[in-house]
Amino acid sequence: MTVKNEMKVEFLSKSSNESFARVVVAAFASQLDPTIEELTDIKTAVSEAVTNAIIHGYNSDLGYINIRCKLMDTCVEIIIEDEGEGIEDIELARQPLYTSQPEMERSGMGFTVMETFMDRVEIESEKGRGTRVKMIKVIPGVHKSSKIVKD
Amino acid sequence: MQVKFKKMNRQLVVKLEGELDHHTSIEIREKIDREINKSPIKDLIFDFEKLSFMDSSGIGVIIGRYKLIQKRNGKTGLVNANPQVMRIIHISGLHKIIPVFGSVNDALAQM
Repeated sequence: MTVKNEMKVEFLSKSSNESFARVVVAAFASQLDPTIEELTDIKTAVSEAVTNAIIHGYNSDLGYINIRCKLMDTCVEIIIEDEGEGIEDIELARQPLYTSQPEMERSGMGFTVMETFMDRVEIESEKGRGTRVKMIKVIPGVHKSSKIVKD
Repeated sequence: MQVKFKKMNRQLVVKLEGELDHHTSIEIREKIDREINKSPIKDLIFDFEKLSFMDSSGIGVIIGRYKLIQKRNGKTGLVNANPQVMRIIHISGLHKIIPVFGSVNDALAQM
């Protein structure tokens, strides 16, 4: 599949950047002419992954979070990476309601939300090295064909 | 993110405006708890009419307040959630413990 466009952005793991991250990815993905619902799905998944990097990856210390985005014909690929603590047991972390920090009132639904809202979610992590979450959202663009073409 | 309160007898309506994520949830949680502890509140209604976005951090906020209210033998309900917020609520199974009402008045009357 050919890559139509690509971007990367890097920012500090401050919680105030959560809204920045989801808005910037959604603005870039909007080039594929997604529906409002598809855009909201992307925003929600990005918010979850970035929050995980801030809370769990860097454990509220400061570090850099890197986002890379590729637009293909009918899908967007989003890679969110941190160089934080890493996840020891990925399968456990993916379980609904699992949280490593129950005292923080976290719901443990982050990965479940990502998996529900995106078409593919891959997690790679190494203890002490960081975590990389790759997500793909298919944007079929059915609505594109319904546009009136003027000659 | 803004939060507005409306008190009626021992029922508290919490109206959230804006985007509820991990960043905004920290301050919002404190504000709601302060309001609950100020007076003998029994029931709590979350009004999400002006909540434009919520991720799973919002689930933690709702469940945390639900537990507080439960300790006071009160009930928690929610109204006016948009479809995106409703999906998060369904994924987490929150709707099974917190009833969703059609309007604030319905919630006030039925709780």
